[in-house]
Amino acid sequence: MAVIKTSIVSLAVFTILLGVVYPLAMTGVSQLIFPSRANGSIIERNGKAVGSALIGQPFSAPNYFWGRPSATTPYPYNAGSSSGSNLGQNNPELHKALADRIATLKAADPENAAPIPVDLITASGSGLDPHISPEAALYQVRRIARHRGLSEAAVASLVDNHKEPQQWGIFGEPVVNVLRLNLALDELGVK
Amino acid sequence: MTENGLLQIGLYFVTLVLLIKPLGSYMADVYDDAPHIFRPALKPVERLLYRIFGVKDDDDMSWKQYTASVLVFTLFGGILLYLQQRFQNHLPLNPQGFPAVSWDSSINTAVSFLTNTNWQGYGGESTMSYLTQMAGLAVHNFLSAATGMAVLAALIRGFTRRSAQTIGNFWVDLTRSTLYILLPLSIVFTLVLVSQGVVQNFKPYKTVPLMQKVTYDKPVVDSQGNPVKDASGKDKTEPAALTEQSLPGGPAASQIAIKQLGTNGGGFFNVNSAHPYENPTPLSNFLEALAILLIPAALCYTFGKMIGDTRQGWAVLITMFVILIPLLIFCYYAETADAPYVKGLGAAISSGGNMEGKEVRIGAANSALWAAVTTAASNGSVNAMHDSFSPLGGLVPMFLIQLGEIIFGGVGSGLYGMIIFVVIAVFVAGLMVGRTPEYLGKKIEAFEMKMAALVILIPAVCVLLGTGAAVVLKDGIAGIANPGPHGFSEILYAFSSCANNNGSAFAGLSVNTPFYNILLAIVMIAGRFGVIVPVLAVAGSLAQKKYVPVGSGTLPTHTPLFIVFLIGIIIIVGALTFLPAISLGPVAEHVIAAK
Repeated sequence: MAVIKTSIVSLAVFTILLGVVYPLAMTGVSQLIFPSRANGSIIERNGKAVGSALIGQPFSAPNYFWGRPSATTPYPYNAGSSSGSNLGQNNPELHKALADRIATLKAADPENAAPIPVDLITASGSGLDPHISPEAALYQVRRIARHRGLSEAAVASLVDNHKEPQQWGIFGEPVVNVLRLNLALDELGVK
Repeated sequence: MTENGLLQIGLYFVTLVLLIKPLGSYMADVYDDAPHIFRPALKPVERLLYRIFGVKDDDDMSWKQYTASVLVFTLFGGILLYLQQRFQNHLPLNPQGFPAVSWDSSINTAVSFLTNTNWQGYGGESTMSYLTQMAGLAVHNFLSAATGMAVLAALIRGFTRRSAQTIGNFWVDLTRSTLYILLPLSIVFTLVLVSQGVVQNFKPYKTVPLMQKVTYDKPVVDSQGNPVKDASGKDKTEPAALTEQSLPGGPAASQIAIKQLGTNGGGFFNVNSAHPYENPTPLSNFLEALAILLIPAALCYTFGKMIGDTRQGWAVLITMFVILIPLLIFCYYAETADAPYVKGLGAAISSGGNMEGKEVRIGAANSALWAAVTTAASNGSVNAMHDSFSPLGGLVPMFLIQLGEIIFGGVGSGLYGMIIFVVIAVFVAGLMVGRTPEYLGKKIEAFEMKMAALVILIPAVCVLLGTGAAVVLKDGIAGIANPGPHGFSEILYAFSSCANNNGSAFAGLSVNTPFYNILLAIVMIAGRFGVIVPVLAVAGSLAQKKYVPVGSGTLPTHTPLFIVFLIGIIIIVGALTFLPAISLGPVAEHVIAAK
C-alpha cells in the first residue's frame, strides 16, 4: 500500500523538519539576538539571579507590596505548575476566599478607607501574574510607609517610578511589576 | 466597558481586515501553484520532498483516495505521538526527568493534537519533556492545521472542476500548506514572541531565590508518591517552608507561534496564554490574538479568488464578522459589569471588572476579545480562565463553539464547515421558491444534502449525548469543580469543545481520568472525521458535475439578502440544537445569581 509508505516517510521527514530543525534554528537565532528574553527575563543584582521580571513571587509580609492572590498548589506562585482558581462567580468558595482576602487587607491597614482594587482580591489566571494595577500599588503605600518608617510621599513616588503605561500607548492596561517594586523598596535602605 | 478597551478591539479588527486580502491572495497562488514570492526559493525543496515521499505532484486523487490518505496519515501520526509520550522518559531533552505519560492521557493527547483540537488534560510544564513538546505536539500543530487546509483546497476544487473524477493530491496540498504558509509565518512570529519575552531555550528549570520565605501545607506522600490520607479521609499535610522558585524553560516560542496560527491552541504551559512566559506583554497578546483569526479569515479571500469570484469570499467573511462582533461586545460587557459577588462582600471594591482568572497586563477587554475569537475560531487557547467568567460572559465562548466552529473556525475546517452551511442555506432557499438549488454553478442535490446533514448532526449528537452520559455517570460527575448549574456548564463546555475540535475548557473540571480521557477522545475523532469524510464526499460529488451557467433563476449568494438569510440559518440551527442545554447551564446560573 503506497499510502502507508508515504504516510510513514512523510511523517518522519516532517518530524525532523518541523520538530527538530525548526525549533533548533529558532532557538539558535533567539539566543543570539534576544538572549535575556529567550532565557526567561531574569533580573540580576550583583551578578546573581534574584527572580524573573515576568514571573511573580509571593509576598505576605506587611513591609512589602503584595501581588495578586495565586491559586497554584501546593504553594502560591509555584512556577512549576501554573494554575488559576477556576472558581465560578457564584461558587461560595470564591465568596469566602474574597471575604478572607478583604479581611486580611483591612487588618493590615485598618484606617484605609479607599475602595479595594479588585485585582488585589482576585486570583490571577496564571497564578504567576507579575503585575498589579497602579491603583493596587497605591492602595498599599500607607501600610508600607508605616512598617518601613518611610514617608508616604517617598513610597508613593517609588510606585510612580515603577508605573508602566500601556504598551505603545494603547495596548493592554497600565501595570506595576511587584518584584521590581519590592527590590527597589529594599534598595531604599530602610527595612 | 472603557473607551480604550473598545479602541483596542476596534484596532484588532482593522488590522485583521487589512491583512485578509494580501495573505488570502498569496494562499490562493500557493494552492494554484501560481508564481508567488517564496516559489523560486522553495520550489526545489517542495520537489525534493515529493521525491522522498514517492509522490508525483500531478497525480490527482479521487475523493476516496484523498480521504484514505487523510485517515492513514492521521492514524500513523497518532500512533507516533502516543509512543513519544509513553517513552519520553527514555528519550533525550527531558531535563526535568518527567516520567512516561499515562496510557489514557497519552491517547487523549494524541487524538487531541491530531484532530486540531488541542484539548489538554495535562499541564505542559509538569508533564511533557521538551522533546515531546517540540518533536511531538508542535509537529502535529503544523500537520493537523495543514490537513484542514488541504481538505478545504479539495472542497474548493469540487466547485472549480467540471465533470472531473479527482479533487487534487493530499500530499501536495499538505506540503504546500506547511512549507509556504504555516512555516514562514511561524518563523517570523516566533522571533516577535521571543522579543516580547516568550522563552526559547533548552535549559533545565532555573532556580531563583524568593525575596520572602513562604510557609505552606505540604501534602504528605508515601514512598510510591501517592498522597497519604488522615483519619478523616482528607489528604494529610505537614508544615513546610520554601525559599526558592523554579522557573520553567523550553522551546516555547516556536511552539506557541504555530499553536496560534494553526488554530491549535494547545499551550506549552498549563494556563496557556495566561502564562507570562507564553504571553508576556500586551503586544504579544494583541499579536497572538490576531494570529488566531489571521489564516481562517484570509482563507475566505483565498476561496473567492480560487473560484474566480471574490464577492463570494467577502459574503462569507461578512457573515462571520456579523455573528462574532455582537457576541464579543456582549462578552466584554458581561465581564466588566459589576459582578453579584462584589455586592455581597460588604466592602467598597474598585470597579475593574471580573478579574478572577484574569491577568492584570491583559485586562478585561483583551480577555473578552480573546475568549470570543479563540472560540469563534477553533483555536481554544486562552489568556484568561473561562471557568471564572461571569455566567453570561462564559456563555459567549460556549455558544460560539456550539455554532459548529464555522464563524472563522479552524484553519481550513472552519471554512469548509461554513461552505456546508451555505449549501444548506441555498437548499432551503431553493425549497422556498421551488427551484433546484445551485451554488457556484453546481447543482445541490440529495447526496450533497445528506452529507451536509451529517456534518451538522455528528458534532451536535456528540455534544448532547456525551454531556448526557457524563452527568448521569458517577465518573462524569466526579470531575465537577463548581456546584450548581455551573458544574453542568463545565461538562457541557467540555463536550462542546471536544466535539467541535476547539480545545478550550471550563478548566475546573478534572478531566485527566480514564473516563474523560477516553470518552472525549472518541468525541474528538467523531467531530473531526465525521465532518471531513462527508465534506470530501461532497467535494468528489461536486467535481463530477457539469457547470450550470448563472440564469435568471439562480439565487445570488453574495448579496446582503443572502447574508442575512445565511446568518438566520446558522443561528437557528445552533440555537435550536443547544438552547435547552444552555438554559440548564449558564442561563440558569445567571438567573439564580441575579435573584
